[in-house]
Amino acid sequence: MPPRVNVDKCDGCRGENEALCEAVCPGDLMTVNEETGKAYCRSARDCWDCMCCTRVCPQGAIETRIPYQLGYYPAKLVPFAGTDKVTWTAVDINGKVERFTFRTRNK
Amino acid sequence: MPAAKLVTDPAAVQEVHLETDILIIGAGNAGCFAAIEAKRVNPDLKVTLMEKAHIDRSGCLAAGMDAINTYIKKGYTKEDLVRWSRAQVGGGPLREDLTLSMAGYLNQCIEEWEEWGLPIKKDENGEYKARGKWDIAIHGADMKVILAEKVREYGCEVLNRIVATNYLVDNGRAIGALGFGVRDGKLYVIKAGATIIATGGAGGLYKPYTNDGNDAHHQIWYCPFNVGTGYAMGIRAGAEMTTFEMRWCATRTKDYNGPIDTISVGYKAAMINAKGERILQERYAHLGGDAAPRYIRANAPMEEWLTGRGPCYVDTTHMTAEEIKDLKTDYLNERPSFVLFLASRAQDISKEPIEIYGSDPYIVGGHTASGYWIDNDRATTLPGLFACGDVAGGVPNKFVGGCAAEGLISGRAAARYVAGLADRGMIDREQVEAEKRRVFAPAVRLAAEGDGVRPREMEERLQRLMDEYAGGVHQFYRTNRERLEYALKHIKTMREQVKYLVAQDLHELMEAHEVIDRLDVAEVLLHHLMAREETRWPAWQTRADHPERDDERFNCFINSRRNPQTGAIEILTRPYEPVVEEK
Repeated sequence: MPPRVNVDKCDGCRGENEALCEAVCPGDLMTVNEETGKAYCRSARDCWDCMCCTRVCPQGAIETRIPYQLGYYPAKLVPFAGTDKVTWTAVDINGKVERFTFRTRNK
Repeated sequence: MPAAKLVTDPAAVQEVHLETDILIIGAGNAGCFAAIEAKRVNPDLKVTLMEKAHIDRSGCLAAGMDAINTYIKKGYTKEDLVRWSRAQVGGGPLREDLTLSMAGYLNQCIEEWEEWGLPIKKDENGEYKARGKWDIAIHGADMKVILAEKVREYGCEVLNRIVATNYLVDNGRAIGALGFGVRDGKLYVIKAGATIIATGGAGGLYKPYTNDGNDAHHQIWYCPFNVGTGYAMGIRAGAEMTTFEMRWCATRTKDYNGPIDTISVGYKAAMINAKGERILQERYAHLGGDAAPRYIRANAPMEEWLTGRGPCYVDTTHMTAEEIKDLKTDYLNERPSFVLFLASRAQDISKEPIEIYGSDPYIVGGHTASGYWIDNDRATTLPGLFACGDVAGGVPNKFVGGCAAEGLISGRAAARYVAGLADRGMIDREQVEAEKRRVFAPAVRLAAEGDGVRPREMEERLQRLMDEYAGGVHQFYRTNRERLEYALKHIKTMREQVKYLVAQDLHELMEAHEVIDRLDVAEVLLHHLMAREETRWPAWQTRADHPERDDERFNCFINSRRNPQTGAIEILTRPYEPVVEEK
């Protein structure tokens, strides 16, 4: 169950030519529902789990999940991106939290 | 931006005509370096990149990387790299001339990337931090974004979301390419002085073992959106191809198909079998033990599993808390969902080793040597066409740095070629019309008949066929003549069935052409596997009916070319010419 969009948070990147998740998805999988104005993944099975959409979303509205067939519920991995670094928070199925911060570009 | 409606009448398809000096198809790592270098040779040149996705996050580097696997460190030479690369492919064949020229630009590309913003880890002496003999550790989560910024800064034109379909050809010469916009539905006719193909390798030819009708079909090693389009375009245009039978199969994290072999290299975590035996050290000492060539490392755990000594693992239980944090950080730079995978199993790898398994096979010239047959300028056998990166053949073990270096070489050569051009050829109107009919046929079919074959159905038929008959992971990579003949017979039927493909929107039209391209690549691969009547690289290439290596007949390149008149795949061989002496 790769990218899940929280429709309460997603605003379809109003004002942008196209939603940022739609712009970056290397598989052309993220798209915006014209009626609701919310993003969704058109084919979950074709997702590479690269998390580009999850990282680029300005609303933090996208969560990447490991398909249940491979891993158990409800683990989470949430990025928080700054201009030159990122912090990832991982929560395992028992609620254990790990956090990682590192540079993504030189100043 | 809502996608345009898929036009169901080819006559109504809008055409976009563009002209450029250098057209680069595929704006991944190699394509971007080619573009930048062409601009550096001559800033007045118009350089255009045609990209199926978006340049910021396309191709193999979309998610990022945690290391650069080819950098020539102090104390090593280009010749050392050739010797190592040769050993990795069991002594050959490989194009040592091309490997040497690639090695000449590796460090330049990587150091430039760092200047442009890519964080590279340093050791206590301020040198790049080593993670193996040729690897250096990086924080590459955004390396592709950084590269894309540079391409724009150099003034290159970027066309995102254009799917390349074929070369424009005039008198046997490539004079640009055709494609369609997956967002605007238009046909792009791009005429160019020189054309560089940089579309990457081919994933999705074989059934991945994670594919059982669930959400994990694309849980594969290689970028699943690289489907071999560049190879297919060359095959259809009659370009010579090499070494498709040297397939890349890798040891991966079981189920997730995540990176693992680098752990055993970088963190000295050995592969073990179900009995806790160190597989490489105990069974493959004569082939280098823990430092055995990569095809041995790919084959060994599968051999254990097959023989009844699986499951197999990479033993991480000796690692310190600090090393585990470093390891997870590495993966967050390259394949972040690996950390999610461990969390989704609540797996503490300091107590429980990571299970491993083989991947499905790929055709990928950046790791093995499959691709266009090229000269030292990266010119293909089709005049006007250059190839670089995963789509170019002859040079195994290029990896990220080598694909960048090869991009640079091809960009430079293409700029020189354009400067010497007497004329730029003529577009054949008939070719454009025929391509328009071919490209939009799945839409026409759906509108006219309302029934047919969905791209996904054909893709899964192909993947099952290749897996079972042409040495996929479910068959522990083994094949034989009879199985290959069976596969070829069915590939022929499937190629005839392409006329039944249907597409309901532009995304599905792209998928239709992806499966057509995969069929063309798979057919050539089958001919190559058939021709190499020996077993040279177990797992990468295992002929159960010819289990021994036969240096007398096969220490050479197997090449192929589709005869443009008959459509038949013709096989030829080229000699292996060692250039670098053993130490």
